[in-house]
Amino acid sequence: MLFTIFAALTVAGAVAAISLRNLVHSVLSLILAFAGLAAVYLLLGAQFIGFAQILVYVGAVAILIVFTILLTRNDGTFGHSSQASWNLGALIVIAVFGTLAWAIHSSTALHHAPPPQPEATMQQIGTALMVRFALPLEVIGLLLTAALIGAATIALHEKQERP
Amino acid sequence: MTALSYNSLHHSSPQAADQIFVIVQHWIVGHAPVGLQPLLAILLSVVAIVGGFGLLFAITTILERKGLGRIQNRYGPNRVGFFGSLQPIADAIKSLTKEDIVPQTADKLVHLLAPILLVLAAFSVYAVLPVGRNMVLVNLDAGVLFFFAIGSVTEVAVFMAGWSSRNKYSLLGAMRAIAQMISYEVPLILSSLTVIMATGSLSTVSIVEKQAGYTGILPHWFIFTPWGFAGFVLFMIAATAESNRSPFDLPEGESEIIAGYYIEYSGFKFALFFLGEYLGMFAISGLAITLFLGGWNAPLPFLTWVPSYLWFFAKLLTLIVAFIWVRGTLPRLRMDQLMNFAWKFMLPMALLNLITAAVWHFMPAGPVRWLVSIVLVVVPYTVLGRNQMHKGHLEKRVYRFAE
Repeated sequence: MLFTIFAALTVAGAVAAISLRNLVHSVLSLILAFAGLAAVYLLLGAQFIGFAQILVYVGAVAILIVFTILLTRNDGTFGHSSQASWNLGALIVIAVFGTLAWAIHSSTALHHAPPPQPEATMQQIGTALMVRFALPLEVIGLLLTAALIGAATIALHEKQERP
Repeated sequence: MTALSYNSLHHSSPQAADQIFVIVQHWIVGHAPVGLQPLLAILLSVVAIVGGFGLLFAITTILERKGLGRIQNRYGPNRVGFFGSLQPIADAIKSLTKEDIVPQTADKLVHLLAPILLVLAAFSVYAVLPVGRNMVLVNLDAGVLFFFAIGSVTEVAVFMAGWSSRNKYSLLGAMRAIAQMISYEVPLILSSLTVIMATGSLSTVSIVEKQAGYTGILPHWFIFTPWGFAGFVLFMIAATAESNRSPFDLPEGESEIIAGYYIEYSGFKFALFFLGEYLGMFAISGLAITLFLGGWNAPLPFLTWVPSYLWFFAKLLTLIVAFIWVRGTLPRLRMDQLMNFAWKFMLPMALLNLITAAVWHFMPAGPVRWLVSIVLVVVPYTVLGRNQMHKGHLEKRVYRFAE
């Protein structure tokens, strides 16, 4: 029952995000979809992923999108896109959906009985991140830091050019 | 999730006064049909949280107005009730009866939802705050993470309020508020990370339990370690910025942008913004108490007979008074000072404090550990602080956009 509600919320948010005309409304609907997804994670007993989803996506990514919209457009609305780009978009969407559906349908995971759900505590996740997956974590951290410094450099450069 | 943690908890203390609220709750729940008991238990706790912290909000408003009045050599409210003590009630009636004005060009739905979302987020974080022994709504395994995750929803509410009002001042205020919140969230989380490193847990309840016990008469609170002290100071500065209070009240800046993101709100919605702001301040102070000030533990070993929730609220009121004092004392920062302070001082200090906490954790206990940790805190503070002082103040300020 709860899953149905949250799944409906997520899908409704996602549909609203792509169909609303006002970009800020789209972002707010996207936030609703993110929150619904977080609720589904929590329902599955994945506390860490659920809260991280809210912290990262609702608290950071959505705000980032908002800033991007407000700094690049004046009124937050956009015109109608052409028929050709609609057709292309629909084609890509159908192709991606078909591939994913086919992959899920033909995967062996569906035919096995789901293993008994291991209750992953925060401590286990932390230990796994810090011991077994320490190197990937460091690499991602380095990558993000480089991206951050790069973004700051670009922004600074623009400032100096201004009279 | 352990929604029913109350029922499974055994009473670790036989004192009735300490556990009176828990016992009363059990008694009321015991009369309900079995199927409704979990729901009723949660409902009672929620009512207690909303009522208790709502009352604290009323007390704080009168305390703040009276205190600021004292600091600024005036009386403050003194017309309603004995020495103005009934002023909060008058304020509540006023805000309930005022006309609710929504600007014609405003985005009506978003304009309506913003204050509701803000207050919802502000109240939700109280679910993981242990206000007394056995007195926490849910003991989440990821409690601190939950706190910060829900806290970040506030930014969305602030943006919704600022954008939907269609007012340049409210949009400016919202942008300022969000930029400030994002900047200060980093040192806030990094400074609380030291405690999580020390306890090895994200659960607020076990963090408080780890701070129980005394050496001589000194309690085992984390503030009494070098990294804990530095972490507490960093945390409180970031918390002041997070809750948009003076000297970090640029988002409201009356003299520049009138009132920031809630300028187009009136009546009860305006009161909701006020409520949300104060609730945020209480919640983050409560988290500071939980992380650094030993939660509901008594400060001295011979005072443990005082009920635990009284200690929590005594510490909370102390922090609130400190907030009011700071507000009455310090002038507002400028935007560039605010950002420089966050990224060039708070962030390096918080990162170095993580190293200090790690050194403290791995060194054997003794005076050498104290010495090394204190050096690790004081030297960066002096170097960074002096560096900032020399850079910031002595050169002529150049205006790029205004002349």
